[in-house]
Amino acid sequence: MAAIWVFVEEEGGSPTTIGLELLAAGRQLGEVTAIYLGTGSDGAFETLGEHGANSVLHLDAGSRLPAGPVATALAARIADQAPDLIIFGQAYTDRDVAGRLAARLGVGVLSNAIAVRLADGGVETDHEILGGAQVATASMTQGPLLVLIRPKSFVAEAVGGPMPAVEEIGLPDPARSEATVTESHVEEREGPQLGEAAVVVSGGRGLGSPEAYELVERLGKKLGAATGATRAIVDAGWVPYAKQVGQTGKTVKPDVYIACGISGAMQHLVGMKDSKTIIAINKDPDAPIFSIADLGVVGDVHKVLPKLIEALESREG
Amino acid sequence: MKVVVCVKQIPDPATPYQLESGTNWLLRPDDQILDDTDRYGVEMGLQLAQASEGTVTLVCMGPAGNGQGIRQALAMGADQAILIEDDTLRGSNALTTARVLAAAIQRDGFDLVITGTESTDGYSGVLPQMLSELLDVPALTYATKVEAADGKVTIHRQTASGYDVVEASLPAVVAVTAGVVEPRYPTFKGIMDAKKKTVESLSVADLGVERGPDQTVASITDAAERTAGQKIEDDGESHLAIVALLEQRKVI
Repeated sequence: MAAIWVFVEEEGGSPTTIGLELLAAGRQLGEVTAIYLGTGSDGAFETLGEHGANSVLHLDAGSRLPAGPVATALAARIADQAPDLIIFGQAYTDRDVAGRLAARLGVGVLSNAIAVRLADGGVETDHEILGGAQVATASMTQGPLLVLIRPKSFVAEAVGGPMPAVEEIGLPDPARSEATVTESHVEEREGPQLGEAAVVVSGGRGLGSPEAYELVERLGKKLGAATGATRAIVDAGWVPYAKQVGQTGKTVKPDVYIACGISGAMQHLVGMKDSKTIIAINKDPDAPIFSIADLGVVGDVHKVLPKLIEALESREG
Repeated sequence: MKVVVCVKQIPDPATPYQLESGTNWLLRPDDQILDDTDRYGVEMGLQLAQASEGTVTLVCMGPAGNGQGIRQALAMGADQAILIEDDTLRGSNALTTARVLAAAIQRDGFDLVITGTESTDGYSGVLPQMLSELLDVPALTYATKVEAADGKVTIHRQTASGYDVVEASLPAVVAVTAGVVEPRYPTFKGIMDAKKKTVESLSVADLGVERGPDQTVASITDAAERTAGQKIEDDGESHLAIVALLEQRKVI
């Protein structure tokens, strides 16, 4: 059976959702070892087992920025145990560790995969291109094989495995120079997380000004939705990077996605086109967003949104 | 402070990308633009260099084309550029790119290397870390704020739940997110000056870099298409159609 290593990061004492999705990707390919990065606890290890991890390699970087020391420790392990495939998520720390590790090992990384298969002594992955209109199948044969999988490509699901054996992996002594985390700030967030919300309301350039994003926030609040944004308005500095939905941002698959003043650049579509229901409001009748919207309103967001918010308010009575 | 900013020329994202048949590599027209995300790195570099009476060197890999993208970055105020252009680099993955950039950067030395978080055309999102490993320095990534002084760099690093303050001593690699600073628009004088600035052209042989193991794109297939639903003109009452659909989907 193939030996699959899956990188899982801890957040708030538990494995991240993307980490659990990766375990689902891994267990369909072989026997899974979770590389668990975080403080670690019996509860967390148990969760890894329930999601299909047969064993756990546990690393704790403490206040060290993980990429450097974790890549060094993993490279040594990989040389020793030669796993068939190592899976990471398209997420902040995953990307850091995978990139550093790949350069150390002298191999490439298949990024942004939405599906992964073992084939002919190598790995084969699918990638959405051109805003998801086409799928490119890529392959790599020279190992160690590293793959980064986009969030929401697999469904996290507990399959009821036993408590896995946990082995502690020590990190090397700090290098000559190393990055250190001196403070952590958790930003107060109202409402649900972008990646996990049932309803997402997003805004784009069609809002016209940063102040108009308030309309998106008000509608979001009314619907208990998370709020997102296109790259155009993130780049313009209207809203923080964390809100970006799209190819270079987050992937969302909510029940309902409401696109406000979003034309539907390919970069954006790839991050939201798998939403169950898409509602779009845009002035330009030829905007590409309308070609994937279940309900398209050709109109001015500054007129439609206030009325929509008002109608929702009056329903609350 | 000696600042190096990695920049990339890309086909205009507003026009559909063309792939070369056979290899499925992205075709790069003569006319390419500066990747929009790189404007943030260039601006950050200019501000840090200015504060320390330092210099900003651009490093770019890929076909020169008409060089318009690099001139855009020079027009913002960067001092000079190094362009590594070589036919043997076509279809390079992130590792080969990182090796080429690292070799060019190492040749002249550096205090700080600035990159974007990911390119718009390739967006593998692993290059900054690869670069840092090859340069044997720390990488401070997803920066939403950067300060560098007294041989130290401190950033705000975007995280899933907020941000971390991360610091390291120089030299280091910093990968910035869009919005880290407000990029300046080139002035007329900047554009004129850019025409006189040096763009040094290097080949793989000049740098002695070895291409890493490749990945191949075996096939391209059409994805299942999502079809458009109802499209209505706003007549002042279109919000009611939205309310009705939200009710139907049991959101309200």
